Amino acid sequence: MQKIIDKLNTIFEISDIIEDSSNFSFLTCKKEQAISMITHLRDIEGFSHFVILSVVDWIEDEKFQLTYILNNPDKKIDIAIRVFIDRNNPIMDSAHHLWQHVATYQRELKEMFGIEFPNSPRLNESFILEGWDNIPPMRRDFDTNKYSEETFFPREGRTTNDPSEYMKNKLYPDEK
Amino acid sequence: MKNNKNIFGWQADRSKYPDLDDNGKPIVDLTSHKYTKVWQGPNHPGITGNMSLELTLSGDEIVDAKTHVGYLHRGFEKLIERRIYFKGLATCIRMCVPESDSNEYVYSASIEKLAKIEVPELALWMRTLSLEMSRLQMLLRTVPGQASTLSLGLGGQWGMYLRDLILDRFEELTGGRIYHMFIVPGGVRGYLPDGFKERMEENLKLIEEFVLKIEDLIFNNAIFKKRTVGVGVIEKSWVSEYGIVGPNARGAGFKRDVRKDYPYLKYNELDFDVTIGHDSDIYTRNQIRKQDLITTVDLIRQIMAKMPNKGDIRAVTPNVLHWEIEKGETYQRSESSRGEYGLYMVSDGTKYPRRINLRGPSYTHAVSLLERMLLNANIADVHNIMVSLQTCPPEIER
Repeated sequence: MQKIIDKLNTIFEISDIIEDSSNFSFLTCKKEQAISMITHLRDIEGFSHFVILSVVDWIEDEKFQLTYILNNPDKKIDIAIRVFIDRNNPIMDSAHHLWQHVATYQRELKEMFGIEFPNSPRLNESFILEGWDNIPPMRRDFDTNKYSEETFFPREGRTTNDPSEYMKNKLYPDEK
Repeated sequence: MKNNKNIFGWQADRSKYPDLDDNGKPIVDLTSHKYTKVWQGPNHPGITGNMSLELTLSGDEIVDAKTHVGYLHRGFEKLIERRIYFKGLATCIRMCVPESDSNEYVYSASIEKLAKIEVPELALWMRTLSLEMSRLQMLLRTVPGQASTLSLGLGGQWGMYLRDLILDRFEELTGGRIYHMFIVPGGVRGYLPDGFKERMEENLKLIEEFVLKIEDLIFNNAIFKKRTVGVGVIEKSWVSEYGIVGPNARGAGFKRDVRKDYPYLKYNELDFDVTIGHDSDIYTRNQIRKQDLITTVDLIRQIMAKMPNKGDIRAVTPNVLHWEIEKGETYQRSESSRGEYGLYMVSDGTKYPRRINLRGPSYTHAVSLLERMLLNANIADVHNIMVSLQTCPPEIER
């Protein structure tokens, strides 16, 4: 694992290397170098299994953190690559040409976080949400409570939680 | 696919079928009125759960398929971001309904990793037992379930009965039948009840008899073989290309099992083999799942024999209502009956998780892979192929 990271260090600019366990490391790389680094890991270092593409919304820093986790099934090691992109202009290079299922992740992230991946197939087709016209819902500034209050018709709750009293009021409203 | 060859040596007349583009996808012009669009799902007996397939047909052959999800979306990942860690557990387990224990484990393991908590020995054994029982009840549904999709329902009925017996064991162990919340951050919630091992052993004997029965009923059945051998083949190159895991990858000859490759809990102290196949068709994948069923029965016996009788089951944790987890991120994986099941968790040092993201096997199996596999398949094989991939829609839309 250390050899691979040392090698990456000579080719790419990487930082914040954190060893999660002996066979799993997190590292940060520059946005411009991310896709070539992922391609290098896949083609040269044998990281043939793409595990996940995820996004973390650091709203206070105005950044999105993209995390690509790659797995080498022969050596049984994993590398997670963190890439920080501007939250106000969220564009990232697409990796759909490397693995077929990456396009699905990118499609979901476009819908849930509003991140653009130019040239990714079917990127603008709705994946989970249909007819969504609000800000992307997984962003931290999307307020679920406010949305449901504004969107759905408010229903009145029961005035009492006592079932016998509730039924009595319902069945015999005149009786005291 | 104009010169299609199949294993029966029969050649279909493909003169009316569309030409293929450079990527091997048929070029479909819907305005030509040669093709039919059919929706299979979301309410359809041949669909696993709430998802639908938009199929474009030329005759009875599929020339284009698209998976549509979202019928079950409840925004779990978003909901958990607004809940304290301990309360998130109750939401997290619903991300895959039939096998909720894998969710409990990856969620708890992620919290323990970030909070640097050591789980006691007995709790590790109890967790392994719970995960294997969960796998057992899932496989009892899935293995005969494949034949049920081809109208051979008897095996499915037997399987459901036996699954219910395992759910009885879950009920006495955890109090719940489907959602257990037995594996909690720090350990597990309870000890084995008195007489549990004996009752479990009785159930395991019945399951072993059942495996022999379905061998005759299903796997030697001529119609089952005709519908599954050579159908729904996963090419070897697709395994890395589409991120295929679990029995679907093992069917193609790849020895991949998280329990062996990245041992967690007590799996490195248990003796078991990972079965692989070579033909990579529906029949092979089901043979592998049947073998998994036998392995799981054996594993449960080993766990019950090896686990200590006494010990702590919960590590000391801070007050869970005011538990602030250290800043950091982690990815924890386990092997569910469908393959690698992982959770990516990011903590920002507060009481609430900053982000959790589930990586379920169906995310790739039921979307990109299924869309590819359905190309040139017969419409009668759609549910057959889909069930053979063991798709579970809730883990796609979370």
